[in-house]
Amino acid sequence: MAEENVDVLVENIVTPENLVYRKPTTLLDVDMHYCPGCGHSTVHKIFMEVVEEMGIQNDIIGVAPVGCAVFAYNYMDVDMQQAAHGRACAVATGIKRMLPDKYVFTYQGDGDLAAIGGNETLHAANRGENFLVIFINNAVYGMTSGQMAPTTLEGMVTTTSPYGRDPKVMGYPLKFGELIAPLPGVAYVTRQAVNNVQNVRRTKKALQRALEYQKMGLGFCLVEIVSNCPSNWKMTPLESNKYVQEVLIPYYPLGDIKVPEVKK
Amino acid sequence: MGEVKLMKGNEALAEAAIRAGVDAYFGYPITPQSEVIEYLSREATKRTGMLVLQAESEVAAINMIYGAAGCGKKAMTTSSSPGISLMQEGLSYIASAELPCLLANINRGGPGLGTIQPAQGDYFQATKGGGHGDYRLLVLAPYNVQEMADFVKLGFELAFKYRNPVMILADGALGQMMEKVELPPQEPRVNVEYPWATTGKPKNGERRVITSLHIQPEKMEEINIRLQQKYQKMKEEEVRYQTKNLEDAEYIFTAFGLVSRIAMKAMDLGRQKGYKIGWIRPITLFPFPEKIFQEVAPRVKGILDIEMNSGQMVEDVKLSVCGKTRVEYYGRMGGVVPTPEEILENFERMFIKGE
Ligand SMILES: Cc1ncc(C[n+]2csc(CCOP(=O)(O)OP(=O)(O)O)c2C)c(N)n1
Ligand code: SF4
Ligand SMILES: [Mg+2]
Repeated sequence: MAEENVDVLVENIVTPENLVYRKPTTLLDVDMHYCPGCGHSTVHKIFMEVVEEMGIQNDIIGVAPVGCAVFAYNYMDVDMQQAAHGRACAVATGIKRMLPDKYVFTYQGDGDLAAIGGNETLHAANRGENFLVIFINNAVYGMTSGQMAPTTLEGMVTTTSPYGRDPKVMGYPLKFGELIAPLPGVAYVTRQAVNNVQNVRRTKKALQRALEYQKMGLGFCLVEIVSNCPSNWKMTPLESNKYVQEVLIPYYPLGDIKVPEVKK
Repeated sequence: MGEVKLMKGNEALAEAAIRAGVDAYFGYPITPQSEVIEYLSREATKRTGMLVLQAESEVAAINMIYGAAGCGKKAMTTSSSPGISLMQEGLSYIASAELPCLLANINRGGPGLGTIQPAQGDYFQATKGGGHGDYRLLVLAPYNVQEMADFVKLGFELAFKYRNPVMILADGALGQMMEKVELPPQEPRVNVEYPWATTGKPKNGERRVITSLHIQPEKMEEINIRLQQKYQKMKEEEVRYQTKNLEDAEYIFTAFGLVSRIAMKAMDLGRQKGYKIGWIRPITLFPFPEKIFQEVAPRVKGILDIEMNSGQMVEDVKLSVCGKTRVEYYGRMGGVVPTPEEILENFERMFIKGE
């Protein structure tokens, strides 16, 4: 087919009445650095959809972590600060305490949130800081190329547990959501996934609920998302989603861990 | 004249913070400066609505400041040596992201857990960067309780002028001792919208991003060059120092902070014995007052630098005079405060008896 014909064809197809899907306007139209099939990009997209649908693009401030999502601010078209490794919850505390009427969120990996930042996360939760923590649990250090994370499963092979994680030497996989859920300052803890369409929809709903709770001033909300790292797991995207379903989710079961009682 | 009170240095600093209209204090208790957070917890919120938050650590406190400063707010913290060490990571990020903030180090004896007695062992850490990377804090060294109060407002002015962290470097004695202080008038807390501050993406503008990450080395070098230009401007515009008896001086005593007062007394004792001693007190430790040392160096027989450490500022004095006069150091360490008599004795040993 001649090139002109293709252009005409595309023009005829890309019309408002044919629109079935578009990127949210809150997501910048640039190439992402995430590996093909990585859950980070899915979560970015659905979270920005939520921000768009709630109409809060001008009223939200985000905190990017150190980890593969360090560049979240290159994609999310909202005001953002980039925190030192693990310090996102402390940075978010500073922001939210200064701007209590704005929405504030952090976006953190398992290493960032549960290892180096465990203390900051725990105490922000215990103070009942009124912001949302989006927690991407891919059971590995993605950015630094696949070392063991606090969430790495027993027996799971990583570059620093090359014979599989041995809990006697390396400790046990940490369920951070369950750890903080009993704290009175914590309003909402849920664990979701983005490995299939149904789970993506549920995750999106959870993110929206968390922002609504924040609006009500209910306190600390943690949305954990069991995700993948095809590159460091050395799997295809499809295989990695299957691994999420068959290996990770049985240890990190999906669903709400704590839900606030909302007075109607 | 403003309101005059008898106050501890730490309390004067805290009171001055309330009166300067500071928006937030984040801190973690440590001797000898816990009075600051205690005083603010009692007084600040009820008077101005200022936020006072006890963080879980100094690591958290400095990162809370990063967040608050990134919203364009006046945020500060205080600590003492071990706590300041924990803040170095955050300070490096704050300096790189070019955020304004104020912190005070009420220096105690170290290294390690050390002692709670006054010391100046953190001079290098304060003036040479402290954390990783090529950056500087603007460092103010008060020598009395009055300056503990005055440097709060000045510190914030400089922090916002340069979008750079400013440190008040004092010591345990300045924090704990009581002196008369004239307090500044109460200023309101003001809401200023800075174009760089993350307060929610403007309706008709670009989003704001506060970061210290620049993956491209050329871009990172650009940032470094900008930082260095800023420090150069500080060197040209912000140098502060105080002098006495330079006109006829044959020798110079130099010291900063508390020790400069002891050195002044030692100078007086020396003059009674006929030694023509002058006195230079650096007030900004970074930028260091190089020029005054360059000026006096050719016409004096020597400079005695006195410190409560093993000789840290003396390196900057030597760099300033560049071999044009003899520079010696005398000091005590680990929380021991030198006496005027002992300073004079050592001056005589080194410069008069020609050891
Ligand atoms: C203080 C400090 N220590 C170590 C690192 C190196 N580092 C960068 S990202 C990372 C781990 C990130 O893993 P995770 O938080 O799980 O995020 P992911 O990349 O898997 O999304 C580490 C160790 C750093 N940047 N700073
Ligand atoms: S390394 Fe892993 S977590 Fe990072 S972008 Fe690639 S797949 Fe995603
Ligand atoms: Mg990870």
